[in-house]
Amino acid sequence: MASSINRLVRKIREINHRYSKPHIEMTPMVRLSLMALRIYLLLIVGLIVYKFVVTLSTGAIQ
Amino acid sequence: MDLFSWLYYKVRKYWKAIRLYLVIAGPGLVVMVADNDAGGITTYAATGAKYGFNLIWFLLILIPVAYYVQEMTVRLGAVTKRGHAEAIFDGFGAFWGWFSLIDLMIVDWLTLVTEFIGMTSALSIFGVAPWITVAGVVTLMGIIVINGRYWTWEKIALLFCTLNLIYIPAAFMVHPSVSDIFKQGLIPNFPGGFNGELFFILMANIGTTIAPWMLFFQQSAVVDKGMLEKDIPWGKFDTLVGSVFTVVVAVFIVILTGAVLKGVAIDDAAQAASILMGTNHYVGTFMAIGLFDAGLLGAICISLASSWAFGEIFGWAHSLNQNIKEAPWFYITYFFTLITAGLVVLIPGAPLVLITLFVQVVAVTLLPAALVFLILLLNDKKHMGEYCNSLTENLIGGFIVIAIVILSTLYGVSVMFPQLFH
Repeated sequence: MASSINRLVRKIREINHRYSKPHIEMTPMVRLSLMALRIYLLLIVGLIVYKFVVTLSTGAIQ
Repeated sequence: MDLFSWLYYKVRKYWKAIRLYLVIAGPGLVVMVADNDAGGITTYAATGAKYGFNLIWFLLILIPVAYYVQEMTVRLGAVTKRGHAEAIFDGFGAFWGWFSLIDLMIVDWLTLVTEFIGMTSALSIFGVAPWITVAGVVTLMGIIVINGRYWTWEKIALLFCTLNLIYIPAAFMVHPSVSDIFKQGLIPNFPGGFNGELFFILMANIGTTIAPWMLFFQQSAVVDKGMLEKDIPWGKFDTLVGSVFTVVVAVFIVILTGAVLKGVAIDDAAQAASILMGTNHYVGTFMAIGLFDAGLLGAICISLASSWAFGEIFGWAHSLNQNIKEAPWFYITYFFTLITAGLVVLIPGAPLVLITLFVQVVAVTLLPAALVFLILLLNDKKHMGEYCNSLTENLIGGFIVIAIVILSTLYGVSVMFPQLFH
């Protein structure tokens, strides 16, 4: 079990290393799009978390 | 050249073109038909039951929407020989790669649960116990993939695609008024005015047209099939045929429910099939068979989309052309996703309605990201070369992507906060 987890961690590190740098040309348009995407995701994840907390606190889960 | 020779020449030419298409056909057609999955059938059935034929024109608009988004995956896959997950990792780095991969895994698994909900409820109409449906589907899907050939898998999937046409005879059997279909359905209109309820239905229809797994699936399928740059025109044609096919089927579902169930509140397609069974046994049976087939096709494609994506990133062998010994992790991921999703449906009291709604919510975290990445990757001249997006393609694709992002986000938000739109 421990060796399997170690292998998985090693594999993930290897993947992170292999893709450490983006290979697409970082034009202003690409940077702007990625920034907009970050803001969008922060907002949407915030909404989901809020809804989750409200649902849990009111016990509305079926 | 006499008439006979001319005819012979023409027939041979077209027959050759058809045979060539049949070789290339597959990813576009399968992904588009699978898009009419269990959730999609419910949406179309509810659309017809609520608004009759009035929204057929809106469904027809979705043909170019689906085509323009999906054809980009054909070009990206054929040129880079990489699946969408690998393309995101390589193009945007590990952060965005992991985000997309984990999000895809969650969305796919939840969607797979909804496919099993559709399949079990469809067969329960015929008295089949849910556990038998789940066991049967897992066995069937195992047999389909285990033969170790992409070609065989694809042709079996195409066979299930043809079963999707069952809604066409079903619609004819209820004798809808053709003049009403043309008068009410083909002229753009908003029945009852543009209100929150109508907006919700329009958004749901868009939401079922483009799902995140479709981008990942088609690009990986293009790569696994071994399509090259020279195959791109046929791949695009295949996608166009698939877009038309899927919308035509959707239109016939709307006609069917619009003709018989107008004014009936429909919560899911199985409920529509049960009600139809009471008015016309054969039509109800066709609806239930179609729902099962839709769930099965969705399950076939969605489970593969995840397995391909994981294989690409973890470097495992990940082709349907390899057998279990050659690609063990690919098949383990495939069966693990499939079996766990099937088991959820069998848990007594599992929150299935909540899961169905949650799929739409989680999808809005992945779909915009996947679409933005798609457009950006298609503008990467270094990798795409002459197959890079042109200005016109960027304008059309960009407009469609922005519209989908806005509408699918509003749909997700409306699922979370229904009072906002009612």
